[in-house]
Amino acid sequence: MKILRSIGAWLDDRLGISDTVMPLARHLVPPGAKWSYVFGSAALFCLILQVVTGLALTLLYQPTSSEAYQSLQFITHQAVFGRTLRAIHYFGASGMVLLVGVHMMRVYITASYKFPREMSWISGVFLLFLTLAMGFTGQLLRWDSNGVWSAVVAAEQVGRIPVVGTYVARLLLGGDTIGGQSLSRFYSYHTLLFPGLLLGLVGFHLYLVIRNGVSEPPVAGRPVDPKTYRQWYQAMLKKVGVPFWPTAAWRDTLFGAIVILSIFGLALLYGPPELTTPPSPATINTNPAPDWYLLPVFALFALMPAKIESYVIFIGPILTVIGLLALPFVSNAGERSPLRRPWAVFGSLCVVVFVGALLLLGEQAPWSPKFTAQPLTAGLVHSSDPQVVAGSALFYNKGCLYCHLIDGHGGRRGPELTEVGRRLTPGELEIRIVNGGGNMPAYGGVVSKKELAALVAFLGTRK
Amino acid sequence: MSETDNTAPGPTAEDEPRRDFLVKLSLGLGGVAALAVGVPVVSAVLAPLLQADPQTWRKVGTLADFDIGSTHLVKFENANPVAWSGVSSESAAWLRRDSATAFTAFSVNCAHLGCPVRWEPGAGLFMCPCHGGIYYKDGTVAAGPPPRGLTQYHIRVSGHDVELLTAPIPITDITAS
Repeated sequence: MKILRSIGAWLDDRLGISDTVMPLARHLVPPGAKWSYVFGSAALFCLILQVVTGLALTLLYQPTSSEAYQSLQFITHQAVFGRTLRAIHYFGASGMVLLVGVHMMRVYITASYKFPREMSWISGVFLLFLTLAMGFTGQLLRWDSNGVWSAVVAAEQVGRIPVVGTYVARLLLGGDTIGGQSLSRFYSYHTLLFPGLLLGLVGFHLYLVIRNGVSEPPVAGRPVDPKTYRQWYQAMLKKVGVPFWPTAAWRDTLFGAIVILSIFGLALLYGPPELTTPPSPATINTNPAPDWYLLPVFALFALMPAKIESYVIFIGPILTVIGLLALPFVSNAGERSPLRRPWAVFGSLCVVVFVGALLLLGEQAPWSPKFTAQPLTAGLVHSSDPQVVAGSALFYNKGCLYCHLIDGHGGRRGPELTEVGRRLTPGELEIRIVNGGGNMPAYGGVVSKKELAALVAFLGTRK
Repeated sequence: MSETDNTAPGPTAEDEPRRDFLVKLSLGLGGVAALAVGVPVVSAVLAPLLQADPQTWRKVGTLADFDIGSTHLVKFENANPVAWSGVSSESAAWLRRDSATAFTAFSVNCAHLGCPVRWEPGAGLFMCPCHGGIYYKDGTVAAGPPPRGLTQYHIRVSGHDVELLTAPIPITDITAS
């Protein structure tokens, strides 16, 4: 016992745990923060989880364009607990994106970014984008056909930057096509460059929490005045402050543990996302789509007017970054309570609804041709007229069913045609098929007169 | 002790040029060291911009492989694959035989955001699964968000072989549309 105690005392003297670390752990925080303050620390727990599981994955992963796919098959199907490991890393990424978003929303709604915490917000904005960059590059490291096409899509997006776009795209892919050089770059970004920046910035973000203190829960009618705030805050801490550890930290620890256990549970239950086909850029029968947290962006690209798209792809992110960075300077004083800032709350709700709606739409992707549509069955055609039957076959064969819905079968890009025979005369149908219009190709050059008559006959029976 | 010790030699006017020299020397040498290390590091980062991007004629089939009027997916290898490329060095193109000697080859990359377009023979259209870009068989835009038509590859017939000139992934720039 005595020896242990003297070893402890020696370590404490040399490391300065009592002198330096404990005062930090016990620094005073405002009381009453309760559960709304746990999301930032939970995001940090997720980051640590990602670092640890990511490190374990690098022990099993082969970061070369030719072997990554096989090594992922090995991790998923052969390595001891490899499947669970991959799944934790996948759900951990989702958890981190989600918690970073909720944390940011909480900070905005309670205006914790105001004086003197402007730099906390600014470092947080960079952390948000680094988190998304990690999510994107990580999804790409799966290096199946989906990963390969994600890399192409990424290159195409940066390609819209004026003047230097093509060069940036080449830097991203490591050359002018996908190849042996491509994955190495993304691997380096995902495991070295971005994590390095991320961990450094997280350290800075936490340092600022110690320096400026945790923001107190806002009270309506007690605005922030930069002239007196610091003095008031210190006096308040002295009077009613509680030590962070253990009085305030137990909620962070408990919530963090629940988050980690939930991620583990989801990982066991659902496993990692299945790999698609091997990473040959010549495998074109794929349906590239990003993981859920980037689906809103994917949906936005489908829905915005094509004319402004090149500009939006390029200017949109710049404006978003500038707007987010400007926020704590535009409003760094005044009311913090959401009760006195209804527009801030309304704005946050709008963002949630907007992003949520885009996410749902991205999930359904109604703008994509439904390649999996099956030919209409005889029961659905319900006619023995040979011309009508031929028309129904043509309706599938010419790709019409990919975009038009008939009795619940088909795609949703174009108008539903279940009852088109009531709406349009045969003449009107002919004009639309031949000329197209809106988002429909002109089929005039594709169908013969006879085929056109059969299609019109078939559609005429849809009443 | 040091507080009361005024006899220790402090900086004097004679030291000024010497100190100035040493500061400049350390900064200068530091700069040279950073530059020496920086050149290879920056070269590794910028390597894709420094290499030439070669283009190579690749055989994609013989005349007998393609019927007149039909459209085929052809696979070929990149111009300069590295040893560890594996299947990722493959590329593909849509090849149509227009006549006995004339061919047209389209990039499989949608001009919108680069996703792989599929040829739908019945419809006579190229369709993209990502954001619903659709092209006529001549590669012009039929529907959806692509700001321009499909890019074409150079193609030639050499003896009985059909050859295609490899090309970079077509990047749509902001000037399109």
